Amino acid sequence: MHNFITYYLGTGVLSSLLSSLLPILFVFGYALVAMYLELKISAHMQDRLGPMRTGKWHGWAQPLADVVKLLQKEDTIPTAADKPLYILAPLLVFMGSYAAYAAIPFSPAYIGADINLGVFYIIAVSAIVVLGILMAGWSSDNKWSLLGAMRTAAQLVSYEIPSSLAVLSVVMVAGSLNLNDVCSAQTGWFWNWFIFGKFPFLFITFVIYFIASLAETNRSPFDIPEAESELVAGYHTEYSGMRFAFFYLAEYANMFTVAAIAAVLFFGGWNSPFGTFMSGPIWGAFWLITKGMVLVLVQMWLRWTLPRFRVDQLMYLSWKILTPFALADLVAVGLWTVLR
Amino acid sequence: MAELHTEEMVLNMGPQHPSTHGVLRVELVVDGEVVVDAIPHIGYLHRCFEKHAEAMNYQQVVPYCDRMDYVTSMNNDHAYVLAVEKLLNIQVPERVEYIRVIMAELQRIVSHLVAIGTYGLDIGAFTPFLYCFRDREMVLDLFETTCGARLLYNYMWPGGLSHDIPADFVEKTKIFVKQFPKTVKELNDLLSYNEIFVKRTANVGVLPADVAINYAASGPVLRGSGVKWDLRKDAPYSVYPKFDFDVVVGTGEMGTLGDCWDRYMVRVREMEQSLRIIEQAIDKIPEGNVQAAIPKRIRPPVGEVYVRSEAPRGELGYYIISDGSQNPFRVKGRAPSFVHIGLLPEISRGYLIADMIAIIGSIDIVLGDCDR
Amino acid sequence: MNPTARYFRNIGKGFWTVLIGMKVTMRHLFTPAVTIQYPDARMAIPERGRNRLYVNMDDCIGCDQCAMACPVDCITIETAKSLPTEDLGVTSTGQKKRLWVTQFDIDFGKCCYCGLCVPPCPTECIYMTNVFEFSDYDRKNLIYSFITLTPDEVAQKDKQAREAEREAAAKKAAAAAAAAAQKAAQAAQKPSPSPVEPPQKPTPPQAPPVQPATSTAQPSTSSDLPSVPTDKKVENPEVKPGPEPPSSAVNGSPEGKVD
Repeated sequence: MHNFITYYLGTGVLSSLLSSLLPILFVFGYALVAMYLELKISAHMQDRLGPMRTGKWHGWAQPLADVVKLLQKEDTIPTAADKPLYILAPLLVFMGSYAAYAAIPFSPAYIGADINLGVFYIIAVSAIVVLGILMAGWSSDNKWSLLGAMRTAAQLVSYEIPSSLAVLSVVMVAGSLNLNDVCSAQTGWFWNWFIFGKFPFLFITFVIYFIASLAETNRSPFDIPEAESELVAGYHTEYSGMRFAFFYLAEYANMFTVAAIAAVLFFGGWNSPFGTFMSGPIWGAFWLITKGMVLVLVQMWLRWTLPRFRVDQLMYLSWKILTPFALADLVAVGLWTVLR
Repeated sequence: MAELHTEEMVLNMGPQHPSTHGVLRVELVVDGEVVVDAIPHIGYLHRCFEKHAEAMNYQQVVPYCDRMDYVTSMNNDHAYVLAVEKLLNIQVPERVEYIRVIMAELQRIVSHLVAIGTYGLDIGAFTPFLYCFRDREMVLDLFETTCGARLLYNYMWPGGLSHDIPADFVEKTKIFVKQFPKTVKELNDLLSYNEIFVKRTANVGVLPADVAINYAASGPVLRGSGVKWDLRKDAPYSVYPKFDFDVVVGTGEMGTLGDCWDRYMVRVREMEQSLRIIEQAIDKIPEGNVQAAIPKRIRPPVGEVYVRSEAPRGELGYYIISDGSQNPFRVKGRAPSFVHIGLLPEISRGYLIADMIAIIGSIDIVLGDCDR
Repeated sequence: MNPTARYFRNIGKGFWTVLIGMKVTMRHLFTPAVTIQYPDARMAIPERGRNRLYVNMDDCIGCDQCAMACPVDCITIETAKSLPTEDLGVTSTGQKKRLWVTQFDIDFGKCCYCGLCVPPCPTECIYMTNVFEFSDYDRKNLIYSFITLTPDEVAQKDKQAREAEREAAAKKAAAAAAAAAQKAAQAAQKPSPSPVEPPQKPTPPQAPPVQPATSTAQPSTSSDLPSVPTDKKVENPEVKPGPEPPSSAVNGSPEGKVD
């Protein structure tokens, strides 16, 4: 498990820079694909066609067109807005989402930063997003945005707990916080994956983690912050153009982060499901991205199926259902691991 | 220690808001997230329907009636022409009555589809809306082949109908009737019994039966509170007595009696009952000439009449005063949505802002109907 | 049910209903779309479709029934009486035309497409077509003029109608005067002390010009209808409802643009 960039370029500034910028290329490409998939999947689930004209063939250029549109929009800042906070907020949100990419093991041969505390780092750095959202809501000088921001902060903070507890269960089984080690512990055929281990407890852990992480990314049914039909657009009501694009990009980046973590923790990460067949450094990247995309598709599927929760019901779900179950699950998995 | 001083915030919902069904402004006085008072402001869609009606003859008022509640155009026409026919004391052929009932029930299905779809949209489920509109298209196609328009029909004229049904109408209606229960089942699977939706709408906006009666509620709003009152059965008009159907009443099965879920479910089940009526009527349409009883010149004797009908939104009534001339002296439309808006402050105290959306959606107002 | 059991039951119900919902949407993911790709493919408008009106001026006898039936007063009709020597022809239903129609404007910005103007027409010359794509950038261009006379002809017909009217009125007045004079002469010969009749019957008031709004009779440009689009006068008769083949079927086979 090495980072091929540091292998070839040493550990200087240049190689660190390159290492940290490689995922951003991936994020941009992935965001375009994910936006297109979202449009098309939602359309076909609703018996309609979705974009068909931009780019001639089934509207493949629609996300590109959207990006160009957002780029060329006027940069408006409300007069009464708190300027420094207003400008900083989207940057923080994107930064928080993107920083997690440093610790995701894309393949046995590449990881942005091989930290021994990988999991811990990811959970910690995702909390910066909360800060960004609060700043956005407050600085917009809009009652609706403020309400949305406060709700989001409460939601994100509450769901960190079951999410972290679920991750902790897996860490106990794997024995290490390092994500590469977690992947290595799942080598072999797909029945070695953690989701099938310690049955049924790790499966329950996966469900808890998936629901909690869905809430972390503000996706329906937990999209109260952006509840379009209630608060117009929540904390990013007043943002337009490139700043809005940052929020949008951050949301998609977050989706993949969470999906990739789930893939690493439960579905074997960069391991091939067929043992040594189709495995290797480049295949590893392929498998991780595929597993991540499948989970992203499930997230989209849920968005177009379910209505959204009310704020207090959201809180109820987190504190009174997910957290007790996560705790009980942690105990069960711990006992199982110790007594084995 | 002194009490922490908190202030109530005044929040303005609308008139441009994705979830108020039209241009409605609701002034919410909230204490944190809890609604203390909800004051509706209406009139943004007032188009002087009643004033217009004084300036034209009885036949020309029908297109204006269409536009009152633009989602239930057939039902508006139905009530109006029944009133004019009562004033003129003419008897329309039975074929006309049957076709009118079929159209009214089809329109009821369409209107409830819109209500259900947009309600899902308000609560956050984007997909049922599309399914509802997909089925609505079939009915609108039926209407288009019959009278030429898809939304505002001008189909029922005093004394008869503007066109007779085309040759393939019966067959196409039967096709629709056959495949519609599948859509209802899909809606129930996707939306009605979905736990999240139930949690959002049950025990929210509870309207007790006596309050509903005191506020002159009618239609699904009244029936959702458990009161079994349907004008098609309790004050029958046209040929409704010939058909066998149930009056759907809310039962409080998911929460309290009279909550939003009950009103919503009354609409879903009413669609099934309307389907029953159409099934029974479509085979039994008698022969006749739909334009036989249309008078050349409508000049009713001096008098006044009030006729009410069961529109999808509630009791729709027309009060017409005739002074013996070709133009009515006064046409007043008793709009159900206008009456139901008055309910809003009563049933929304103590609930959260997110519940406001659920409540407004469940009383199913259409601002065209409310403001006329 | 005790609270613990209810708690677990709610969780179970929650999961189960979510899964059922997901099954519905997944099934719909693989059903074909019900929408078609407008404007490449169009739904067929049924025969009774109520869209833009068309007036066949050859059949119009200027009876004004459609304008009177319109609830929004979007039809404006002005006519001029034809001289007895002129032959305007016969409508397709066999009626002899006696009026020159000098103005027939329909304002499609006001038209509510209710179709109330169609049944009263005695010659069935006004009917609704299946054209619905006629938006314009300027509201004035939505006022369609259907007359087949040129503005000069309109002015001429108006003028001759007015003159004919004036002549007829003058003749009538003269005849009435002559009759009254004769009567007065007769009365003067009689010795009866009947009260003197007024010397002359009061002349009937000068007949008002035939068209009160003669502004349309102005040569060339009409003043209160700015820019009546005279080039948009006659509709393509093929626009009559009925077999309009190009509207394609539902399953979206893209056919050429339909006008």
